[in-house]
Amino acid sequence: MGLHHQVIVVGAGLSGLRAALAAQQDGLDVAILSRVHPVRSHSIAAQGGINASLANAEGGRDDNWEKHAFDTIKGSDYLADQDAVEIMTKEAPGIVYEMEHWGTPFSRTIDGRIAQRPFGGAAFPRTCYAADITGHALLHTMYEKSVKEEIKVYEEYLLLSIVKHDNACVGIVALNINNGEIIAMSADAVIIASGGYGRIYGNSTNALINTGSGMAAAYLSAGVPLKDLEFVQFHPTSLYGTNILITEGARGEGGYLFNNRHERFMKNYAAKAMELAPRDIVARSIQTEINEGRCYNNAYVLLDLRHLGRKKIMERLPGIRDICLHFAGLDPINKPIPIQPGQHYSMGGIDTNANGETSLAGLFAAGEAACVSVHGGNRLGGNSLLDTIVFGKLSGHFASGYVKAKKKNAADQALQAELAKVKAKVSRLENSAGKENPAKVRSELKTTMMEEAGVFRTKAKLEAGLAKIKELKERYKQIHLLSKIKKYNLDLVRNLELEGKLALAEVIVLGALKREESRGSHFRTDYPTRNDEHWLKHTLAHHTESGPRLDYKAVTITRFRPQARTY
Amino acid sequence: MVTFKIERFNPDVDKAPYFQTYEVAAGKEMSVLEALFYVVENLDGSLAFRYSCRGAVCGSCAMRINGKNRLACQTLLKKLKSPVITVSPLPHLPIVKDLIVDMDHFFKNYEKIKPYLVNNTSAPEKERRQSILERAKIDEMIACILCGACFSACTVAATDKKFIGPAALTKAYRFWADSRDNLGDERLALVAGEHGALRCHTLFNCAEACPKNIVPTYSIQQLKGGLVKCRFSKPAK
Repeated sequence: MGLHHQVIVVGAGLSGLRAALAAQQDGLDVAILSRVHPVRSHSIAAQGGINASLANAEGGRDDNWEKHAFDTIKGSDYLADQDAVEIMTKEAPGIVYEMEHWGTPFSRTIDGRIAQRPFGGAAFPRTCYAADITGHALLHTMYEKSVKEEIKVYEEYLLLSIVKHDNACVGIVALNINNGEIIAMSADAVIIASGGYGRIYGNSTNALINTGSGMAAAYLSAGVPLKDLEFVQFHPTSLYGTNILITEGARGEGGYLFNNRHERFMKNYAAKAMELAPRDIVARSIQTEINEGRCYNNAYVLLDLRHLGRKKIMERLPGIRDICLHFAGLDPINKPIPIQPGQHYSMGGIDTNANGETSLAGLFAAGEAACVSVHGGNRLGGNSLLDTIVFGKLSGHFASGYVKAKKKNAADQALQAELAKVKAKVSRLENSAGKENPAKVRSELKTTMMEEAGVFRTKAKLEAGLAKIKELKERYKQIHLLSKIKKYNLDLVRNLELEGKLALAEVIVLGALKREESRGSHFRTDYPTRNDEHWLKHTLAHHTESGPRLDYKAVTITRFRPQARTY
Repeated sequence: MVTFKIERFNPDVDKAPYFQTYEVAAGKEMSVLEALFYVVENLDGSLAFRYSCRGAVCGSCAMRINGKNRLACQTLLKKLKSPVITVSPLPHLPIVKDLIVDMDHFFKNYEKIKPYLVNNTSAPEKERRQSILERAKIDEMIACILCGACFSACTVAATDKKFIGPAALTKAYRFWADSRDNLGDERLALVAGEHGALRCHTLFNCAEACPKNIVPTYSIQQLKGGLVKCRFSKPAK
């Protein structure tokens, strides 16, 4: 038999690296398989910060995990599982201190503590930051730790399939992008930490590698359900044109949103919290201004930082300034930034519990690829970096516990069979003489998702979206590749990813069509209110040959009863 | 239409790199990275390049564009003000295919300098305190994205294959100067010797190439100063 590791982690961002460190610390043989070198992972792009109730900031001295939990649950529109949120918010300070001890260069308070800034949906300045490159600072530290601990990484591999045998996960099949070889690797446990699917959408803040390949493999090949995929976060402030993220920290530091009448329009939507209402609310407010014409070029409103002054912008938001200079040709010190909502994050993902366990023994998931659920219907800014590290760590430890207790599973045949199946599929794709241009399928999918499953949704739009996705799935079968080269075939990689994107898109749209209420990021103009009586439950989507089959499961509520959500 | 001259090389089949010309229907705000995607989707599916964030933070797409090392995603065509745009892989690194170079050597150098915080006192319950001024010392260096543009632009690294190079030396300074790190002189020892910091000729090629406006030469000069001081306080026997 070929390659074997006790634990294989798919993805080398914050959750993947943390999971690998945890499992290796437990004495297991661990390897990471990643689409890119670890520091190229999308965690790098997080800007504003990581939430933890350190109570370091003036005005936040009374903070504690319960307040953090309450804000998170209210922010989630009560769809988060409260036991899981409790774990995350209790772990938060320890996780942040651990990262600090490992070397993360957090910004500092006057007395030398970790600095914290206000973020949306939080009652206190709770978001720990390193200027506006917090994801960069954390990912580099985590990578540095992985270099120190000599974590093995298989770089530039694309996950194609998760292999099961006797109702347990026994390994994976992956494409070595470097030479085009398709290989099987056996493992006693697999942890999916491959991030989100943002690139299904046209306007996305996400890295181009965020195609949801891990989620899709779990759903399509491992047969585990996806949870709450209809909950798609639109970040209120993405740069008009490229949709590069402009951190919520820009508003946390005091930035204003203006429409074309120079009106701070948030006063009409969230009079108390204003620009620091949670993301779903601010995104809808901006989209409403745009839809009703109080905008520029029918497309954007303005984020104004000028009153913060040069010193504060240079100190706290230097990365934002660079992005504006390079990508929009303007300096936010003397010009407001054109912004519009852009797809940003998936609250939904592979259905897991707080241990990272999925419904398949030996298969775990963490980070954006997973749905524990701690974010419910809407994630608060600063909670995703926290989620990646907390649940990366926990899934790593639980995976090693599973491996140590498990009996040996002779899986060689299952792996070889799956390898042959995947090779045949790839070969069909390579040799397809179909007439369909894959770039067209990809771009129509993006447009469809923006238009039919965006910030505002209706039955008619979602039905149209679903029909279109079914059409695109048929057309996908007829695509032809432009290149059959083995080495670094981007054409092949992107079209293998496209199959998974189409599957995920279908789950998002179907879940959104069935959920006849508005909750968190999921807003139905035909059902504009939350309906706890019928819809205080998680959607589970199971793969079948004829499309997703949906069922539902209860939300865990411990100490916070659902109440009206006002800001 | 903008003409792109792109260097091609597949070591499996080609004897030597060659240039291929493509006509790209360029939008007003198009970046070089977007132009490369245009080629792959419309003209030639066999072109290979690295990409990830498209926002100048991940360091994947450093390449040579019109004679200068840059990030393809951050380089807008209109800024190049050139009817012909020439794109080739980062110089002085082995080509894997087309615009993709082998970064192993670059990361091996990085690993030589113990690229992680070392503090052998027991960790406090909370954070290690660090003043705003102490933190400011490393502010520039932590913006490094490990793209390799500096390393590839460095003429010393090009001629001395053992030279640690500007990115790794900047990282070494980042930890040496971090008030929380206590490896001290041992860190300097890691960058001493003929292939270490003292090898730098202060040509500033690295600084000119850095897409994040970091000046590695500053870090390297600080390390050199530290090494010289060390030598005075502990004379060689």
